[in-house]
Amino acid sequence: MGFLLRRVLLSLPIMLGVALVCFALVHLAPGDPLVSVLPPDASAALQEQLRQLYGFDRSYPEQFLSWIWRALQGDLGTSIATNRPVSAEVMKAVSNTFMLACVATAIGFVLGALSGFVAGYFRNSWVDRLATTLAVVGVSVPHYWLGMVLVIIFSSQLMWLPATGAGPGGSSDWTWDWEHVKHLILPALTMSVIPMGIIARTLRALVAEILAQEFIVGLRAKGMTELGIFFHVVKNAAPTALAVMGLQLGYLLGGSILIETVFSWPGTGFLLNSAIFQRDLPLLQGTILVLALFFVVLNLIVDMIQSALDPRIQRS
Amino acid sequence: MPAERSEGYWRGVGRRFVQDRLALGAAAVVAALVLMALLGSWLAPADPFQASMLKRLKPIGTEGFPLGTDELGRDMLSRLIVGARLSLFMGITPVIVAFVIGSTLGVVAGYSGGLVNSVIMRTIDVFYAFPSVLLAIALSGALGAGIFNALLSLTIVFIPPIARVAESVTTQVRNRDFVEAARASGAAAFTIVRVHVLGNVLGPIFVYATSLISVSMILASGLSFLGLGVKPPQPEWGLMLNTLRTAIYTQPWIAALPGVMIFITSISFNLLSDGLRSAMEVRQ
Repeated sequence: MGFLLRRVLLSLPIMLGVALVCFALVHLAPGDPLVSVLPPDASAALQEQLRQLYGFDRSYPEQFLSWIWRALQGDLGTSIATNRPVSAEVMKAVSNTFMLACVATAIGFVLGALSGFVAGYFRNSWVDRLATTLAVVGVSVPHYWLGMVLVIIFSSQLMWLPATGAGPGGSSDWTWDWEHVKHLILPALTMSVIPMGIIARTLRALVAEILAQEFIVGLRAKGMTELGIFFHVVKNAAPTALAVMGLQLGYLLGGSILIETVFSWPGTGFLLNSAIFQRDLPLLQGTILVLALFFVVLNLIVDMIQSALDPRIQRS
Repeated sequence: MPAERSEGYWRGVGRRFVQDRLALGAAAVVAALVLMALLGSWLAPADPFQASMLKRLKPIGTEGFPLGTDELGRDMLSRLIVGARLSLFMGITPVIVAFVIGSTLGVVAGYSGGLVNSVIMRTIDVFYAFPSVLLAIALSGALGAGIFNALLSLTIVFIPPIARVAESVTTQVRNRDFVEAARASGAAAFTIVRVHVLGNVLGPIFVYATSLISVSMILASGLSFLGLGVKPPQPEWGLMLNTLRTAIYTQPWIAALPGVMIFITSISFNLLSDGLRSAMEVRQ
């Protein structure tokens, strides 16, 4: 329990630091934050009024503290461009991105774990070479380009799957029917390539390392069946594999912007994109904060699960 | 006195590297790409900026345009060749700068320990808490489009991971006997770091940094792809991929070409880095 408590306490200052970086990021940006809403001929009085409305007239520490205080209560301010609450916009986008990232991680994990396992078991076989090649390709391919190539093949040439959007007719409300799932296939496949490569690489090295350990030799000498040994390897590899998967999910959540742009997926990447190009600072700040905090919390959960599965970690 | 001198470290590294055919191949491709970046304007058969409304989106293999033309009728082959300069520059520079700053921070933190270590490493931890793609896009999005801002954002993204590696290897070396002996014999801290620490930590940090070039290439082109990096009409692979997106229904294979270049570059750097890692016998 002491370990978990310490781990949670350690991540609090990180979260505060993350919030500070998000705030600084947006306020270090050059240019007037109101430039996107003000008409070019706005009077000085109107400018002043808007500045007060959004709180841009107060000092930075004051703005930061009030932003944090309201964020803790779930209020991330109002979008300058759409005039809607940032938290509502972010939550809707996060749910779309989260689903895409979860499906992609699941595909990547199954394929990556499978090929990594087989490659680690049969070192230097053709399966190993194939798996290693796939792993290198997976981590080296520019995923936004892969997305384009898949669109070219399956949408523009074969016309099997839709190229953009999350549902028929540009709908952004998700339901699990074939029309919606069709839209999910290409972006999820594109996204799954990175975790697949990384998990395959990790597991290949890990399985080979475990197989070379003395307790495996001992179990073999004792006459254990290959199936029994396989379960020992799985048990020893599981904590690391799950940890890598959790981290990859976090990376995908934060890094989906390029893929979402290719597929016009209505998620956080799409939101970030419009926040950046419309210079919508409250929206930019809020989206980055939510994604980064998500990543910190996910890291925390991964650590906890890992230490529950493998008590040796707590002692180190 | 031994009759034969044992093989020197760098000689061994060279021997192992030359025996690794995959790494050698990757090194050859990287060398060719660098040459292309340096000599691009001389190698290109046509003017990469010469647009023509009549020759828009000609297919691959057209007379005079071996790889076709882009959405403004410019020669694709020439733009891909000349594009190597900006693309490689944008991908490699952030890693070099981050290598210098990150290893300085990490070595100082690792050697000093105590409060200095805590201040540096806890600050690094905050930046490390962001997924790299998110941090790069958030930074360059806030700073605004442009080459310098994109380079700055990517440098900030790569400092924390390099500093972390530098700190951990320095901490390991600091506790070794020969450093203890140097300290006991009265050597100044700076001398110990210069003579005993750097020689033992720079190799692993360097190998780690080379493994980041592949990610950096993908991210740098990605920023231009989003419209946050290089601005038109400059030829850069990520930007070309972006402007050619409108052509994926008319000339799909031309639209995909710039990505092939990014892919080749990124995979070659990855294989080269793997080869260096095993030749230099660096453990992750």
